[in-house]
Amino acid sequence: MKKQIAKRVLELLLLLLILSLLTFALMYIAPGDPAEKRLSSQGVAVTKEVLQAERERMGLLRPFFVRYWEWLCGILHGDFGVSFKDDMPVAPKLWAGLHNTVILATGSLLLSLIISIPFGIFAAVKKNSIFDHVVRLLSFVGNSLPNFLISVLLMYVFCIKFDLFPIIAAGNLQGLLLPALSLAIPMTAKFTRQIRTEVSTQLSEDYVAGLRLRRVKERYVLFCNVFHNSLGHIFTIIALQIGTLMAGSVVIETIFRWPGIGKLVMDSINARDYPVIMGFVLIMGTIYVGINFISDLVNRIIDPRVEV
Amino acid sequence: MKTKRSLKRKLILSAVLAGILILIAIFSEVLAPNDPYQTNAAMIRKAPSAMYWFGTDNLGRCVFSRVLYGAKTTIFATFLLVAISFVIGTLIGMLCGYYGGIVDEALMRLADLTLAFPQMVVAIAVAGMLGGGLVGAMIALGITMWTTFARLARSHTRTVKQEPYITAAKLSGKSGCYIILRHILPNILEPVLISALTQIGTTMIGISGLSFLGLGVVAPQAEWGSMISEARAYIQIAPWAVLFPAGATIVTIIVFNYLGDALVEYRNHP
Repeated sequence: MKKQIAKRVLELLLLLLILSLLTFALMYIAPGDPAEKRLSSQGVAVTKEVLQAERERMGLLRPFFVRYWEWLCGILHGDFGVSFKDDMPVAPKLWAGLHNTVILATGSLLLSLIISIPFGIFAAVKKNSIFDHVVRLLSFVGNSLPNFLISVLLMYVFCIKFDLFPIIAAGNLQGLLLPALSLAIPMTAKFTRQIRTEVSTQLSEDYVAGLRLRRVKERYVLFCNVFHNSLGHIFTIIALQIGTLMAGSVVIETIFRWPGIGKLVMDSINARDYPVIMGFVLIMGTIYVGINFISDLVNRIIDPRVEV
Repeated sequence: MKTKRSLKRKLILSAVLAGILILIAIFSEVLAPNDPYQTNAAMIRKAPSAMYWFGTDNLGRCVFSRVLYGAKTTIFATFLLVAISFVIGTLIGMLCGYYGGIVDEALMRLADLTLAFPQMVVAIAVAGMLGGGLVGAMIALGITMWTTFARLARSHTRTVKQEPYITAAKLSGKSGCYIILRHILPNILEPVLISALTQIGTTMIGISGLSFLGLGVVAPQAEWGSMISEARAYIQIAPWAVLFPAGATIVTIIVFNYLGDALVEYRNHP
């Protein structure tokens, strides 16, 4: 077990190294060169001499890997470079944004779990009943709704038609509700669908028939055996949804002006502020890789037969 | 339990609906009652009427015509992207599966690597770096998309490769290229094609999402995501400019997702 985990940790570190390399390379896929972008994003008139001096100052004339190494060392010390726009360090902005995004993401994740776990389980128990059909229909439709649409529609209904919420999300619970709901709806649809499938697979296993034959109470079978056995699967689907959640938060934060990292990155994309975009990709990638790693570990703890 | 016949009916129904949408997209120029790019200062943000079925937008353009033209942009961009990823992915997958070796190892590691990162986050960053535009958005989504097909094609190729008829073809001196195209491709096509069809809905969400963020289709061109994004600013005054493209997006995605589901169910039914 320890050996397995050590191997996984090594793999994880390698993955993170590759992630950082790819992130750094992102700068190179953008048309034009960074010095020019930096100058133009600050509104400086670009001449040949100014450009050359800027390249020199930014150290662009040195080899790729030397610069990558310096960038990486900076990041390991928590320094994500300075913004092209205002020459301020990028790291504090990123962390502040991340803080707000985590609040939003956690809120929507909790919201969708509260809905999808009971609905998924009962749809599986009452398979082919009207309830099951309604749940399946709703989860199919929810799965087909892009979250930018949901948020625009929610905004229209709740902020404009009924005037229940402010359009611009304030940093309080009321402001959190609509953005969290917009993120939660497609996610809930996916979760419900997958939980239903998983629970109904578990219910048709032999051990359930065995327990029933032994007159174990149905409720006990459902919550102590079936749910416990499905738990690992549920963790996996949550971990897999994190990526969608991150991308979704970019859209939702932009719409509701939630001051998270997603809104920050959209503003930076519009301003061509590359260090922020790179920091965003690196942080999001690291979180994603980390969460998947943790979900594997949790699976291993819940069900010791699983190979890490 | 559903019978094969009812599943077939479901499949046909969804295929017909998808077909209608595609026809609308193809003939959008004929169907559109007005010029979608014609601005009209006298008809700004007018409610739906006989002349303008879906009302007009901020610049007095006909929303109905723009939704029709948008169908063309959205549906064809999606199809093109899925098709390109499908062709590239299947080719790479077959080559890797058939020849194996170091190239296979390298490409498959690369494909695994894309799984390790959040796809849409990568797409947003790449599209942002490329500076918008439909082609940029398609590249951004395509970077990760081909791997799904490559992985699938590779695993099926490896199974088919074991069949006696492949050995027979080899013994009769056929080239690897010939065997791949003539014997392997027809045998692996079905599962990969089905996987491509199920990807259409998600891809459409991706493309319109990027356009909504301003990273896809550029301003005057009609596309649902960007139309919604533009009209969102004046949703209080002219909700129809948002609601109709939104409805079109939802209906289209639902139809294509339904088609994908029906196809998979039909295929998996014993």
